[in-house]
Amino acid sequence: MIEVRSLSFSYSNGDSLFRGFDWSIGEGEAWAVIGPSGCGKTTLLYLLAGLRRPLAGQVLVRGRLLLRPRQQTGLILQDYGLLPWLSALENVALGMRVRGVPSREARERATEWMERLGIAAVADHYPSQMSGGQRQRAGIARTLTLGPDLMLMDEPFSSLDALTREEMQDLLLDLVLGERVTTVLVTHSIEEAVLLGKRILVLAHPPVVQAQVVENPCASRREYRDESSFLETCGTVRGLIQGAIGNAMG
Amino acid sequence: MPWARAGGVAATLSALFVAWQAAAWLVGSEVLPGPGAVTVAFIRGLVGGDLARDMGMSAYRVVVSVALSVATAAPLGLALGLSRTAYRLTAPLVYLTFPVPKIVLLPILLMFLGIGDSSKIAVIFLILFSQVLVVVRDAAASVRPELALSVRSLGASWRQMLRYVFLPASLPALLTALRISVGTAIAVLFFVESFGTTSGLGYYILVKGWGRLAYVDMYAGVLAMALLGLALYFSLELLERRTCGWLQAGR
Repeated sequence: MIEVRSLSFSYSNGDSLFRGFDWSIGEGEAWAVIGPSGCGKTTLLYLLAGLRRPLAGQVLVRGRLLLRPRQQTGLILQDYGLLPWLSALENVALGMRVRGVPSREARERATEWMERLGIAAVADHYPSQMSGGQRQRAGIARTLTLGPDLMLMDEPFSSLDALTREEMQDLLLDLVLGERVTTVLVTHSIEEAVLLGKRILVLAHPPVVQAQVVENPCASRREYRDESSFLETCGTVRGLIQGAIGNAMG
Repeated sequence: MPWARAGGVAATLSALFVAWQAAAWLVGSEVLPGPGAVTVAFIRGLVGGDLARDMGMSAYRVVVSVALSVATAAPLGLALGLSRTAYRLTAPLVYLTFPVPKIVLLPILLMFLGIGDSSKIAVIFLILFSQVLVVVRDAAASVRPELALSVRSLGASWRQMLRYVFLPASLPALLTALRISVGTAIAVLFFVESFGTTSGLGYYILVKGWGRLAYVDMYAGVLAMALLGLALYFSLELLERRTCGWLQAGR
């Protein structure tokens, strides 16, 4: 699905984030990306989304060089990316409107998705009148209306309270991870990475040269939270991150 | 809520008229006629006199200035706010010219444009232009980058970005700037209509009223000017409430 080939990227101040980085994502895989803050998690996601261009190297999606955002990629951001001046319904329909779906059809399809996600009641509300969980549902609904084959998520649940976060994680498991959609979830929560990522990319302190991958085949089920292998994997990932920080310090 | 507000406006208006009437009685001179006499003069001026024509002329000058300033300063402000290079290149010029009182340019405008309508419209236009330019530029520049990115990731074109993101983001600032500067615009209008013209409320107040010692007519002109200002202010507020409902919803 995605091939990252000897990718290099630096901030405009010259700090290097990635240097000759290779990574490969298979069709339908559920990935989590985790690492210490400032390691370039979000930048990596923007590179996969086509919103940033690599300094050197290539990002290929389905064999095609990525030069601009592609239509079938859904992006969900930390602050939900909802426009404050549009109602929930208009926000959910926005992706379809941008792609030329007629207004009426877009509203109907948006309403269907909002019903599925349990936010039909707040269709006329503005984002400022909705709870964090409702806003995130609207953000997810907006992406799902477009039928993406790749979903990129940047700390989608980090600003939610613990209970709502679990609810949203379950929702994601039901809606997305069951389908043949490839997902990449960036998170700073080890537990979230282990719950949702069947393969976990651990990023070291920048510049990142090599992909460190933890295989986590039992993930993507809600019961996994209560199993002992869940905690073990969490421990492994934690060790890798601490190692990464330790190496950088040493 | 609207009813309570209308009630408040009506009560305040009545109180003002009562105070005015009381002052008129106390002064007891034709220099300060009461609201009754002025209202009669106002209606007489509208129906039989030149007041409607002068009010229309003043409204025309202000509205044209507002329209011109929005039509030019809003797109330019958007462009400066969205292009970092353009912002940097023009920031010193905007910074230096913004605090200059544009009214002092009036003699220059008079020399170039003559004493007709165009110089009057031009000076009001200049005042509004710099206000609108600065607020629209800053509003467009302060749109959160994640917001723009998330809409761009949906595949939005440049025009769609303008339509869905940058125009609605700067509209409240634009309307607020207009609402605030409309008062200045009318004050300047009064000044530029006090010479070199034979129409407009400034002319009506100063020449036909004050100049001919026709005090009630002068007050009728003042009332007309106040009403013109109120009408503009209210229309802008209405427009803001129609188009920026999301701002009220968040409060």
